[in-house]
Amino acid sequence: MNDAFGHPDSVLVFGGTSDIARALVRALIADGSTRVVLAGRDPAALAAAAAEATEAGAGFVDTVAFDAGDVDRAETVVDSGFSALGRVDLVVMAVGLLVDDEDAERDPVQVARCVTVNFTWPAAALSRVAHHLAAQGSGRVVVLSSVAGVRVRRSNYIYGSAKAGLDAYARTLNQTLAGSGATVTVVRPGFVRSKMTAGRRVPPLSTTPEAVARDIVKALEDGTEVVWSPRKLQGLFLLLGLVPEPLWRRLPM
Amino acid sequence: MPKAPRATGPKGAPAKTQEPEEHALSGWGRTSPTTAALIAPDEEADIFGSVLGAAAGSRRGVIARGLGRSYGDAAQCAGGVVVDTKNLGRIGPIDPDTGVLDVGAGVSLDSLLRVGLQSGWFLPVSPGTRQVTIGGAIAADIHGKNHHADGSFCRHVSSVTLATPTGVHEVSPDNDPELFWATAGGMGLTGIVTSARVSMRKVETSWMRVDTERHDDLDSLMEGLERVDRLSRYSVAWVDCGAAGSKLGRGLLDAGDHAGVSELPAKRKDDPLAPPRRGLKMPSLVPPGLVNPLTVAAFNEAWFRKSPSRTGRLRHLGGFFHPLDAVSNWNLVFGRRGFVQYQFAVPDAQRGVVGQAIEILQEAGAPCTLAVLKRFGPEDPGPLSFPIPGWTLALDLPVGPPGLRSALRRLDGIVAGAGGRVYLAKDARLEPTRFAAMYPRLDEFNLVRRRVDPEGMLQSDLARRLGICEDPRP
Repeated sequence: MNDAFGHPDSVLVFGGTSDIARALVRALIADGSTRVVLAGRDPAALAAAAAEATEAGAGFVDTVAFDAGDVDRAETVVDSGFSALGRVDLVVMAVGLLVDDEDAERDPVQVARCVTVNFTWPAAALSRVAHHLAAQGSGRVVVLSSVAGVRVRRSNYIYGSAKAGLDAYARTLNQTLAGSGATVTVVRPGFVRSKMTAGRRVPPLSTTPEAVARDIVKALEDGTEVVWSPRKLQGLFLLLGLVPEPLWRRLPM
Repeated sequence: MPKAPRATGPKGAPAKTQEPEEHALSGWGRTSPTTAALIAPDEEADIFGSVLGAAAGSRRGVIARGLGRSYGDAAQCAGGVVVDTKNLGRIGPIDPDTGVLDVGAGVSLDSLLRVGLQSGWFLPVSPGTRQVTIGGAIAADIHGKNHHADGSFCRHVSSVTLATPTGVHEVSPDNDPELFWATAGGMGLTGIVTSARVSMRKVETSWMRVDTERHDDLDSLMEGLERVDRLSRYSVAWVDCGAAGSKLGRGLLDAGDHAGVSELPAKRKDDPLAPPRRGLKMPSLVPPGLVNPLTVAAFNEAWFRKSPSRTGRLRHLGGFFHPLDAVSNWNLVFGRRGFVQYQFAVPDAQRGVVGQAIEILQEAGAPCTLAVLKRFGPEDPGPLSFPIPGWTLALDLPVGPPGLRSALRRLDGIVAGAGGRVYLAKDARLEPTRFAAMYPRLDEFNLVRRRVDPEGMLQSDLARRLGICEDPRP
C-alpha cells in the first residue's frame, strides 16, 4: 500500500529502461519500495535495469518485454504487470521516443511510430491501468509528459504534439478516477540530460534524471497533480503561452 | 470524513441492511484514502449471514470500521468491503452491583459514558477522545491515563461476540483465551466484534481532583511521572517538543483521581454526575499553512507558560480525559496533506529513546503539534496489544517537512532496536520488516487468526501494508 507520505511498496514501470524511470526506481527502493516490475522493449536493457533494482535492494524484481508500437497488446502487457505484482501501488508511464523532426516529417511511418509510442500506446495502456486501480480501490499513476507538449514548438512538433495529447489524456483520466481511490500525476520535465537527448544541444534550465526523480517523489507526498521539473519551467511556460502565434512561429526554438 | 449520528439504544422497526456503496475512506490523519464498498448492517445478526457471506465473494477482503479514529489505514480495505458498525448501538442495562453491561460494537465511548454516568459508572479505560467505538477500543486494545494502574481496555472486557468467516463465537478469556487475546489489539483481523461485555468503574462524581506540575526538562518530567504513578490512578504528561538544549523535553504533568461528592463545592453537589459538554465544530475551510513551525512554537510556549504548578484543582472528567474532543473535527487543521501520529513504547531501561525521538524530529525540522508522554504498567496478554511496561510517547506531526519520512524511518530502527514498538492504531507508514521486529509474537497471532479465518477474508490496508496476515489478499 502507499503510506501516509504517498510512498509505494509495489511499483510497475512501463518504459522501465529509460534514464528517468531508472533514477525513479532507485530513489523509491532507497526509500523503502520492495517490489518492482519493469516493462520495456530491449531485453538486454531490461535485464540491466532489473539488476540495478535488485542491487538497490528490492526484494522482488520482474520484467515484462513489450513493444509500444503494438497497441493491440497494450491490455495484455498491463495485465501481466498487474498479475506479477498482485497489487500495484504505483504505476509509472515512462514510455517515450524522441525523433529527429527533419528526418521524420517527410516519413509517415516515422510520424506514426512517434505518435503511437508517445501517445497511443500509453493512452491505451493507461485505460487498462485505470480499470485495475479502480478495482483495487487504491493506487497512484505517474505519467511522464513533457514541457514539449505544453506549447508545441516547430523544432520538436511531432514528439511535442504526441506529448500534448498524452498530457491532456492523463489529466482528464485523473478527473474520471475521482472517488475511485486512484489518482494520476502528470510530470512535465524540461530538457533532461539523458540517453534520449544525447547529442542534442543543451538548453538553459536543463535537468537530470535524478532531479526529476526527486521531484516526482516529492509530488507523490504532496499530492500534486501536475509537476514541473524543474519548477521554474512553470513560470517560463506561463509566459511562453502568452506569446502571440505570429511571433511564436518566428522564435528560433 | 463521513460521520453519522450515533444510535444509543435499541432501534425501532429494523430496516433491511442497505446495499453497499463505494466510498473513499481515510483515517483520522487524512492520509492515503482508498475506496471500498461500505455497508452498514442494521443488526448484529446480519454480520455473519449477509455481510461476511457477501464479502466471501470479494477478492480483497473485509474489515470493520467504527468512528474512523484510527489515525492511519487500519479501518480501510481498498477494493474490498468495509463494515460500518454505526447501527450496532445497543446499550444493555448496567448491573448495579458489578457495573457489567452488554454493549453493541458500534456504541461510542461518548454514548457509553453518558449512559453510565446517569447511575455513577465511568469507563474502565478512557483514551484522549470519547469518539471511539467499543469495537475499535477492543481491536486496538486502547489504553488511557490509568494504564499503569488498570491495564488496557480488554482487561475490562469479559466476553466478546465475534463474527468470523467460520462462525459466530462467544469468546471470553476463560473459554478461548487464545482467540480472545488475539482479538484484543488484533486490529479487527480475527473477525468483526458485534458486541461485548464490559465492566465499568463506580464513581461518585464526574469530577477529577488534579495536580499539575511544571517540569523544566525531560529527566525531571520523567521522574515526576514515576513518582505520581505510585500515588494517582491517572497520569499523563504534555511535552513541549520545541524546547531544546537544557530545556529539552520540558512539559506539564497532570495526575488525577476521581473526586468524591464531599470534595465538590456546594454549587456542584446538586449534579455531581453532570455529563461532559459536547465539542465545538471547526469551520472546514482552514487557511493553508496554518500549522507551521512558527505557530507551533508559539502555541507550545504559551501553553507551557499558562500552566503553573498547582494541586487539588477540580476539573471535569471531560476536560481531563478528552481534551481532543473540545473541537470535534480538529484533524482538518492540518490541511490537505494531513498528519501522522507517531506513538511508540519502549521498555523502562530504554527511556533514553524518548529524548532521542524529540531530538531527531527537531533535527529534521518537523514541527510536532502535540506530544504526550506516559508510563505503561504491566502488559496484557494480547500478542499484538501495544502497551509494554515502560514509556510511551505520542507525537502529532503534520505531513510536509521534507525530512519527516526519513526521520521516522530512522526512529523505527531505534525503537525496534530498543525492544519497543509502534502503535498500530496510529500508524500510517511503518514497514513490514520493522513491524515484524517490533511484534515478535506475530506468528502466535496468525496461528489463532488462521483457525477462525483460514481463507484470509479479514483484511485491511494496514494489514496489507505491514504484511500482518502472512498470505494477504492483494
